[in-house]
Amino acid sequence: MAHAAHHAEAARRKDIRNRWMLASPALVIIFLAAVGPLFVMLVYSFLAKGDFGNVKWEFSTQGWFNVVFYRDIFDDTLGFADANMTIFWRSVRLALITTGLTLVFGFPTAYFIATRQPNKRDMWLFLITIPFWTNILIRTFAMQEIVRNEGIINSALIWMGLIDSPIQIMFTEWAVLFGMTYVYLPLMVLPLYASMEKIDFRLVEAGYDLYATRLQVLRRVIIPLVKPGMIAGSILVFIPSLGAYVTPSVLGGGKNMMLGNLIALQFGAGRDWPLGAALSITLMVIVTAALLIYVRNAAKSGGGAHG
Amino acid sequence: MARRFSVTSQPGFVFLAMLTFFLLYLPVATLVFYSFNAGVSVAIWEGFSLRWYHTAMANEAVQEAALRSAFIAFIAAIIATISATMAAIATTRTPEYPGLTFKYAFINQPLMVPEIVTAVALLIVFSRIKIWTDYSGLGYLIAAHTAFCIPFAYLPIRARLESMDLTLERAAADLYATPFQAFRRITLPLLWPGIIAGFMLAFVTSLDDVVITEFVKSGGQETLPTYMLGQLRRSVTPEINAISTIFLGISVLFVTIFFLISRKKN
Repeated sequence: MAHAAHHAEAARRKDIRNRWMLASPALVIIFLAAVGPLFVMLVYSFLAKGDFGNVKWEFSTQGWFNVVFYRDIFDDTLGFADANMTIFWRSVRLALITTGLTLVFGFPTAYFIATRQPNKRDMWLFLITIPFWTNILIRTFAMQEIVRNEGIINSALIWMGLIDSPIQIMFTEWAVLFGMTYVYLPLMVLPLYASMEKIDFRLVEAGYDLYATRLQVLRRVIIPLVKPGMIAGSILVFIPSLGAYVTPSVLGGGKNMMLGNLIALQFGAGRDWPLGAALSITLMVIVTAALLIYVRNAAKSGGGAHG
Repeated sequence: MARRFSVTSQPGFVFLAMLTFFLLYLPVATLVFYSFNAGVSVAIWEGFSLRWYHTAMANEAVQEAALRSAFIAFIAAIIATISATMAAIATTRTPEYPGLTFKYAFINQPLMVPEIVTAVALLIVFSRIKIWTDYSGLGYLIAAHTAFCIPFAYLPIRARLESMDLTLERAAADLYATPFQAFRRITLPLLWPGIIAGFMLAFVTSLDDVVITEFVKSGGQETLPTYMLGQLRRSVTPEINAISTIFLGISVLFVTIFFLISRKKN
């Protein structure tokens, strides 16, 4: 008996060892070209900035200091780094509004798909999936055709006689907001659909039997049932919106930078790599916090939201 | 009897959903429309023409960037698919074992970090390696692309594996098949649709990447997306629309094949 147990244990150990071997190529590649560099960046955030970009190999907390504070180069007074704070606040604000807008448009859309005949759902889902797999740059450029001065919005408004000259939408926060909502909408619809598909409409029927209005049924029955999908979708939209780079740089121009652009700037014209590294880590911490909230919520509502 | 009461309907939802689909396709439709413009403007229609497609096809920078994109995507997707298949076999159809959760988290890590963060981290590390080794070829881009393609390749392969039970492999073992024979003759053929789907997702993901490529590429290593980004920052002619339309067509083709493959599974 003891011998057999020993044998089984040895076989199990061998199986686990084999499984590590099998997984190792993927783990090594991700370590070398994704995870590892993040640790190097953490080190860089504590080095002194080089004269022409890059770093000097001496310990310094200047990079982290510059995230929040700003020392005047002339009179050496200390102040808050207003520019950084403005960009931080803009990133968080635009990411939150984008999440809200995608929810407003995505919720009815996902509900619409989920309440079609089962054999027709695939076709509607496919229509959501196509933009999702279309290059983000192409979608941003497509949005540019809509918001530019000669674009569809302005042409339509002028044609209707509502305005005489184009409204400037391009290179404003509005353009960034429209663009991000457009680009990230599928990320909201897909998880929402996944949880709506599982709604048991007998519960909804029971609500109506008890004289609930449509709004009450929506608020008290449907929304609680699809909450995991709403949270999952919100996280999936919020995270890339917060770190967005392509959309704000094409549609927002230089005046409406978001965190992603501020980080990129430090590695380009700004030539302050330690500050850029510190900003990147700050962004990552915010994202991780958002993910942790999601994981806790998903655990609370019992089971994954992706179903 | 009055109109039948519909349990599922909500006021305004159909309208909002239709509006969403309309808004989702209007910008792309506009973009495609102006790619056929005879004039130089992307806003004023001057008649149908294929001139911008000819211009785009004849543009050597575009050809070169497109070929480079396809090459990187192909190599990265192949390496990513092979390693993701191995990783999927290692992480499915097993009771919980120490390190399993770690592997899940690690493989999905590239999805959790904003692209710009990974991009600048790679810039830091690769610029140092470039100085040390004096090598500045496409290897950096391929390595970076492979890493972020792995989770995309992993997803469908893992899903496919989880729907397969071990009965057939056990039967093969009972018939004295070696583990390799069982894999070659049983597991691999059954897993094939998942592997194809994983490869295609990885390929499209690599082909679409802008941010990481923009920061990792050395001089003269434009891919199609970074080339387009550069053009967008300058003046825009319908040539960009034409390139986008072709690119769009390729993506749609891939998604359609992917969709058909994953539907057949059910």
